[in-house]
Amino acid sequence: MTTITNSKEEALIIREQDVVPLRNRVKEYGVKIGMSILNQTKLITATSELVRNLLKYGGGGKVIIESVSNGRDNGVRVTFIDNGPGIADITLAMKDGYSTGKSLGLGLPGTKRLVNEFDIKTELGNGTTVTITKWKNG
Amino acid sequence: MQNNFLSGLKEHENSLLTIWSQLLIESGSDDGAVEEEESKEFASLFLSALASLNGKFQDSPEFEKVEDLIVGISSSRGKRGFSPRENAQYLTTFKQASSQILSKLIKDSEELYQANLQLNEILDNMTIMTFEAYMRGREDVISRQVDEISEISTPVITVWDGIVALPIIGTLDSSRTQIVMENLLQQIVDTGSSIAILDISGVPAVDSLVAQHLIKTVSATRLMGAECIISGIRPEIAQTVVHLGIDLTGIITKATLASALKTAFDMLQLTVVKRKLV
Amino acid sequence: MERIPILKMGDFLLVTIQVDLYDQLAENLESDLINTISKHSSKGVLIDISAVSIIDSFMGRILGNIAVMSKIMDAQTVVVGMQPAVAITLVELGLSLNGVISALNVERGMDLLRSKMHTSDNEEQDYDDDNE
Repeated sequence: MTTITNSKEEALIIREQDVVPLRNRVKEYGVKIGMSILNQTKLITATSELVRNLLKYGGGGKVIIESVSNGRDNGVRVTFIDNGPGIADITLAMKDGYSTGKSLGLGLPGTKRLVNEFDIKTELGNGTTVTITKWKNG
Repeated sequence: MQNNFLSGLKEHENSLLTIWSQLLIESGSDDGAVEEEESKEFASLFLSALASLNGKFQDSPEFEKVEDLIVGISSSRGKRGFSPRENAQYLTTFKQASSQILSKLIKDSEELYQANLQLNEILDNMTIMTFEAYMRGREDVISRQVDEISEISTPVITVWDGIVALPIIGTLDSSRTQIVMENLLQQIVDTGSSIAILDISGVPAVDSLVAQHLIKTVSATRLMGAECIISGIRPEIAQTVVHLGIDLTGIITKATLASALKTAFDMLQLTVVKRKLV
Repeated sequence: MERIPILKMGDFLLVTIQVDLYDQLAENLESDLINTISKHSSKGVLIDISAVSIIDSFMGRILGNIAVMSKIMDAQTVVVGMQPAVAITLVELGLSLNGVISALNVERGMDLLRSKMHTSDNEEQDYDDDNE
């Protein structure tokens, strides 16, 4: 089904101080379409995980927040774009318990469980783009 | 002018209606009185729109009204339980009836061909719209039922001061688990209960996925600072759990709701005593 | 730099987190809290997170760290007031905060801390009894 973007904005994330305002913006997008508290919480938690990766491994980058609709449901889509080193083995990175950093290593697979759609594109040396979508009733 | 071919139909509205309702009855997709009113209104509006048509039908405000009407009819037919075939026949029989009238009205075969072509285009477009409306009508029914089911299927009961119970009836899938968790945890907060009993007597089977959902619910309850007891473990459930190698040892499980309640009393340091008759 | 206040109440420390956490703030809280436990030889720590609307893996890890670190320093940590949505999200994320003890609200948390101290006193008593 085709997805339509109703409104969108971009944010530059370069420091840790940018994280809280970004989380709040994403939350506002969720509130605007009447998303439940639980789904809002899952969405901003997923955002928090991914923006940490963006800062830690990607050296900062760009985040796009969109209010989307597919005809049956409304949702919020967040895209994280960095120009970092990329991920060498994406299959491995999506496995529970894997991490190159000092976190608990449930970043990517855990984050995937919190949202309805999860898409990751990465190329060694050319950065990583992660797109997540949370539907209002999803 | 193309539309001249079709504008003549308006004068034969009554005979068209007769043929149409006959065709509808023959096809078995007519349900009587309500239909007739609806059909009359539709035919009248449609033929008037045809008569006043000037240029493309897509741009005509009259046709917009007709389309709104047919969309309304289809969606209500969908909700009343008509089959997709019956829904489609509503307009295909109308097309047949119109063609029959047209063939009597127009003698020139080229003109008749052009008229039928235009009629086809307009009505086919509407048939597609009715299909979409019909589907939406059915989907509305489904989503309303889903809401109702999820609402009635997770009643949280306060069984004692500080103890809530939630009987689960039916299968536990991931979306249901979410609702169960949300309701249970919210109720724990609202009542300030420190023990929750999850009764699974009504769950037909526990496979590894269902067990995972149960474990998640228990973990979430503990994170909130309450304890969760699972009751209603039938012998066959105990067997499958062990055969599948599911580890439930971290969870307090009881065979019946009564024994779970007893455990809850123990945890709250409550005792139930029989009153002595003096 | 922004810091979360730590209140001393007798043998216990009380932390009420009123703002949404970010990594640096959480890390500061961890070190501040451990230092304060050591300074006052506190026996218990109560962390109220009822106003926190998001806990991700990093902040979850900090909470776990605090629990384990304080335990080594002979102080019991109780986390109170977690919101249902936060609890469900943590579980979905795959975090169960092992080692962290929770309570529904501040009152229950205090009761829990007191009873923990009580039982640990009793255990010592029992041990003495056994030796006799």
